[in-house]
Amino acid sequence: MAKINIKIEGMPYEVEEGLTILEAARECGYEIPSLCAFNHGECSRGSCRVCLVEATGARGLVASCVYPVADGMEITISSPKAAEARRTSVELLLSNHNRDCQECDKNGKCELLHVAKLTGARDNAYVGAKTEVTVDKLTPSIKRDTSKCVLCGRCIERCKNAHGLSVLGFEKRGFKTIVGPAENRSFADSPCILCGQCVSVCPTGALMEVSEIEKVDEAMKEGKYVVVQTAPAVRAALGEEFGMPVGSLVTGKMVAALRRLGFKKVFDTNFGADLTIMEEATELLHRMQNGGTLPMITSCSPGWVNYCEYYYGDLLPHLSSCKSPHEMFGAVLKSYYCEKQGIDPRDMFVVSVMPCTAKKYEKDRPQLQNDGMKDVDAVLTTRELGKLIRRSGIRFDKLPDEEFDNDVVGDYTGAGVIFGVTGGVMEAALRTAIFKVTGKEPEKAELKEVRGFEGVREAEYDLNGAKVKIAVAHGMKNAKVLLDQIRAGKSEYQFIEIMGCPGGCIAGGGQPYVKPCFLPNEDLNILDTYKDKRAAALYAEDESRPYRFSHQNPQIIKLYKDYLGEPNSHKAHELLHTTYAEKVRFN
Amino acid sequence: MAHLSEASVKKINEICDRYAQERTPLMMILSDIQKEYGYIPLEVQELVSERTGISVAEIYGVVTFYSFFSLNPKGKYVIGCCLGTACYVKGAQQVIDKFSEILGIKPGETTKDGLFTLDALRCIGACGIAPAVSINGKVYPKMSVNAVPAVIEEYKNAEANI
Repeated sequence: MAKINIKIEGMPYEVEEGLTILEAARECGYEIPSLCAFNHGECSRGSCRVCLVEATGARGLVASCVYPVADGMEITISSPKAAEARRTSVELLLSNHNRDCQECDKNGKCELLHVAKLTGARDNAYVGAKTEVTVDKLTPSIKRDTSKCVLCGRCIERCKNAHGLSVLGFEKRGFKTIVGPAENRSFADSPCILCGQCVSVCPTGALMEVSEIEKVDEAMKEGKYVVVQTAPAVRAALGEEFGMPVGSLVTGKMVAALRRLGFKKVFDTNFGADLTIMEEATELLHRMQNGGTLPMITSCSPGWVNYCEYYYGDLLPHLSSCKSPHEMFGAVLKSYYCEKQGIDPRDMFVVSVMPCTAKKYEKDRPQLQNDGMKDVDAVLTTRELGKLIRRSGIRFDKLPDEEFDNDVVGDYTGAGVIFGVTGGVMEAALRTAIFKVTGKEPEKAELKEVRGFEGVREAEYDLNGAKVKIAVAHGMKNAKVLLDQIRAGKSEYQFIEIMGCPGGCIAGGGQPYVKPCFLPNEDLNILDTYKDKRAAALYAEDESRPYRFSHQNPQIIKLYKDYLGEPNSHKAHELLHTTYAEKVRFN
Repeated sequence: MAHLSEASVKKINEICDRYAQERTPLMMILSDIQKEYGYIPLEVQELVSERTGISVAEIYGVVTFYSFFSLNPKGKYVIGCCLGTACYVKGAQQVIDKFSEILGIKPGETTKDGLFTLDALRCIGACGIAPAVSINGKVYPKMSVNAVPAVIEEYKNAEANI
């Protein structure tokens, strides 16, 4: 790109041509207050008018997030004219905003309140009519409150970019404009996969997860035997809730915090992940050897499962029948574990801490119950766990590092840990599949071909002479490529891993928000690098584990010996496998 | 999509295909469907979505943005009252209020017998004859409140004589 010369506040700078004023100013060390703009123009409608500046050659003030720099341009951010205009923009947004800020779940992470502070917006500067409000709390995963929406459109763009879906859209016009699913329906009556990507980019409290903290409180009050399990991706991000650098691995402190929160046992979902691998690798080999439906596709990601049920109902037989790891673990806890420890399973309350909003929906699926008991009773996001810890006065950074409980179950291998990143389930499954077929322990655990963030990745492995072609995709936009191949009968693969969220669970819809305005100590490009950093944390934990193959997990071996028999046995099917059903998109 | 007849599905797909080469075909597709059927319900939007790959939410957004498109069936006679600036200062609000009063419907609604739909329009470019009313393309210039009952009668009589 050619370089051009501009001036900001009278100072000369050389910047790349083609940047917006906002981006160019950022490179030169200025952070223009802005709201609707998101990373690299992922959303750039210039709709909120918060980032107005003066620029020579332009008529009036310009929105710096959409206006490109030009050679010789002189930009003024600090002039009273620009500053007052930015303040007015924020005041106008606030005039049509439900300002129950203190009780808002977004309190502390609200970008509107942040720019209000930056611009010095006055309270009630403009008072008038407000747009008619829709509040949708029908799904167990995501709630929408249009009284807090600033119409930035980030959610619409994210849904489109990640999944090619855009379940959300602008509706009506002028003052009546709202953002919502078609017909202003609930997410529950729309083909939304509940992944929560929209939640992770929403600047305000308009889109939020449905909190289940109260449910956990209730169970504690009732004196239930409340146990908790945490997904692998949580440990790679929870530290961010407490100001730690992105990519901090906080496994030990997380366990310590959960123990202090009163959970009777603190387990690692990775035990469930190891179990999933045993079942899934066996299922794959069985399908390959017996002419079963191929390619087989992983079923750990509830966002992906929802997508398949809504959009590719004809391909449901390709989904592995395995429950997702935390559901498997829940089922084992309420059967095997309770039996061993003499606990009445009806007294047990299983809480899963997940990087995911779709898991909240998943745990309510009627297929995921045994004897009328849910495998998992409540799902908290990583963010909710952060809230719970803060509420309890625990100084996260002062906690000692503690170990997960592993009295009967709970031990885990490195293979389970990497479930949290795209390609991880594939890598973990192949580690065990190679052993199962060849009967030999592979020399090295790492299968680096399936790592990385390329949208679709493929590789070929030799399983004792039998060639296995595999593919990995994350985000439904990428998955669609592989699914359309299957539909057309042109898929070359035997095994496919699909994760709902781009990047996998580390960037799930329930993870701590990555908003540069609240991360002053991170690099400017943190939105481009946070997935790598969180993934690196998981790969580091994988390397540090004594066992890195699911089939080596001693407690898994014992569970099969004492209780389940063997992978895919009748008992295993009863507890660990599930079914799917096609969904109607618009009822 | 269960409610659509096979012929309708065929017709809508055919309309979508007409503009397959266009970079942004949505407006043209919706415009043709609106003309063909008089309204664009969600089932039809779903069908357009399937055929074009444009999301239902986006299509719904366009349909609800432009007043030319309608989500509900329109009446046999669509009364469009211009409320543009010129018509407005010449008393268009009183004219549309009179239509509302006699027909018993608000702007945007259709009478129970399916005969009349009342629409508020924003400038139809006939400012010289303000206030203007257009009924199924026929323009009534310089409308007044007093002339409203006769206009309605005109269509009711025409209907009675069929």
